[in-house]
Amino acid sequence: MSSWIPLWLHKLGSPPTFYRFAGSLRPWAMALALLFGAIALYGGLVLAPADYQQGDAYRIIFIHVPSAWMSMFIYAVMGVAAFIALVWRLKLAEVVAMESAPIGAAFTFITLVTGSLWGKPMWGTWWTWDARLTSELVLLFLYLGVIGLYHAFEDRRQGARAAAFLAIIGIINVPIVHFSVNWWNTLHQGSTINVFGQSKISWDMLWPLLSMVLATKFYYIASLFRRVRTDLLALEGGKDWVRKIAESESRQ
Amino acid sequence: MSALQTFLAMGGYAVYVWPAYAVFFIVLIVDSIAPRLRRRRVLRELRARIARQSSRQDRVRQDRAASNPITTPPSL
Repeated sequence: MSSWIPLWLHKLGSPPTFYRFAGSLRPWAMALALLFGAIALYGGLVLAPADYQQGDAYRIIFIHVPSAWMSMFIYAVMGVAAFIALVWRLKLAEVVAMESAPIGAAFTFITLVTGSLWGKPMWGTWWTWDARLTSELVLLFLYLGVIGLYHAFEDRRQGARAAAFLAIIGIINVPIVHFSVNWWNTLHQGSTINVFGQSKISWDMLWPLLSMVLATKFYYIASLFRRVRTDLLALEGGKDWVRKIAESESRQ
Repeated sequence: MSALQTFLAMGGYAVYVWPAYAVFFIVLIVDSIAPRLRRRRVLRELRARIARQSSRQDRVRQDRAASNPITTPPSL
């Protein structure tokens, strides 16, 4: 790889180093996820006032929007990791891409179900084939496709490369999901949060939402690191560092 | 109505709000338990493989020692 990549990054790419690194960060990420999650739940369910139009039904926003963001964010991470995996054949990038898929699928599923539960009282229907909902459903199918393709191969690294191709092609769907509310006339409301300007939401409602956004980010880190560690153990099973871990954990 | 009942009623939207939160937590709990179980299985298989290999090495050593006691060094 080129020389502009710092040495520590090279080292972090090696499975035993990343295994230890991920193992030391994971508990902190999980603790922060639980902390921010608890704060968000208290702020969102108890402190925030009811919406003047939607009453208390709007409280689904505190899990629906962070999950929707994660469904796109994780897809972007997966796409970048898949690209690195295909170009540089980095084993760690393959593992990060493939282990992001189930977490992303989980968040996409949550987004669809909570959206449906929100849509019923507000729109009068569980589901409608409009642009935002349909593109989010396509996102779920892309995740499931990546997971399925990965497991369809006997050789896991071959499977990872095939699935990485699908992940990269599917990345076109992420901006479609994001801009669907602007490009098409849809039932789904427009963006509530504006990163570069005034958000269309009061502070009482905004801070629990942002706290949950942080919680889901940290949850993703924690879950990804656990999955990647497990995958590295399975992939590097014959190597010395893995044997040492297997033996030391059997003595406990 | 008590404060708790008011809270749980969610202004009449309880049947939508609470299931949404339940789905959120159930899916994430399943997502965090699944890799833990998988890790346990991977380590168990690894230990079994290591045990198989070391027992095979022992057998090879014993066989060699039995068939050719002079040329086989005892440390092999």
